[in-house]
Amino acid sequence: MKCRVCRGPAVIDLPRHNANFCSDHFLQFCRRQVERAISDFDMFAPGDRVLVAVSGGKDSLALWDLLIQLGYQADGLYIGLGIGDYSDESCGYAQRFADERNLQLRVVSLRDEYGFDVPTASVASRRVPCSACGLTKRHLFDAAALEGGYDAVATGHNLDDEAAVLFGNTLRWEIDYLARQSPVLPARSGFPKKAKPLVRLSERETAAWCVVRNIDYLVEECPMAAGNRHLGYKEALNRIEERSPGTKASFYLNFLEHMAPLLAGQAKQESGALSVCSSCGSPTTGEVCAFCRLVSVSAAHEAVPVELLGRRSRGGAR
Amino acid sequence: MRVLLRNPRREVEVAGPLQVTSLLDRLELQRESHLVICDGTLVPVDSQLPDDCVVEIRPVISGG
Repeated sequence: MKCRVCRGPAVIDLPRHNANFCSDHFLQFCRRQVERAISDFDMFAPGDRVLVAVSGGKDSLALWDLLIQLGYQADGLYIGLGIGDYSDESCGYAQRFADERNLQLRVVSLRDEYGFDVPTASVASRRVPCSACGLTKRHLFDAAALEGGYDAVATGHNLDDEAAVLFGNTLRWEIDYLARQSPVLPARSGFPKKAKPLVRLSERETAAWCVVRNIDYLVEECPMAAGNRHLGYKEALNRIEERSPGTKASFYLNFLEHMAPLLAGQAKQESGALSVCSSCGSPTTGEVCAFCRLVSVSAAHEAVPVELLGRRSRGGAR
Repeated sequence: MRVLLRNPRREVEVAGPLQVTSLLDRLELQRESHLVICDGTLVPVDSQLPDDCVVEIRPVISGG
């Protein structure tokens, strides 16, 4: 295969674009896709200070690398979720990436700073692990962005992530969730602006960016996520994509262009005005915010090792 | 050729030479969900993998 641009040897084939690229032109392609997402959805202004949600995986490290290349002042925040060896390893990848490029990375340990971890929170709050994890990360990234005076939080959600979420919400006709699905959420009282600059790149493309750029990332899957519904949707969409390249991009990007405007205003309004959490000061609809309630119930619970949670999950499935 | 697979990490021996797309088919792996890296270099699906190379098939799907 030859590069579509220079006719040199290709390193990657992208059926959805009916194109193959050499290393240099693949990197150029990725930069242009991210620039286009940032521009189309008004994510950042030139020179904005951006806080990147860093996990040590391919998407967040590719995102951080791309934002730096595109000239943004991007710092990283890594949250140690306490998921056994997985968290220890992922923190190492994030820290090495930052050190090698002289970038600012702040590391927050849930166990050290809040007295709990995700496996324990999952059991103590009876939430699935991904729910406890998501709630925690959203709260801490929002708080850190506001505290640090950042213009926006950037997350590594890619085309596959967004298409899978859209697929799941469409299968159940979750109008409220569909109405809220957007690659950018504007800042509002107590919440920073949030953006997903990788929505025009597939997971295969963000992984390839890392390989071509020699970015070492944690390849292994989070042990808490194994077998979740989101992965099933991705597998199903990829089967369709192989038979009909471009389907994922059409599904998601055409939703944003044609369907999202029709759904605007359909999202349920939060009942009543937001008040301030009596514990941490974050916006909340109750007296205490969901994160502080999670901290309260989880920190008081005996620590649950990730291995035990895995056995419980498997036992429950029988 | 020696083929490294992930999640879980394991190695298999596959006789070469073989085209990338044939290797993925033989291992029943989706092209859209994997990258193929031959002796440290990313390769497209029509590449011919020599019998004496080391191949990593890297999954790209994450569940977060």
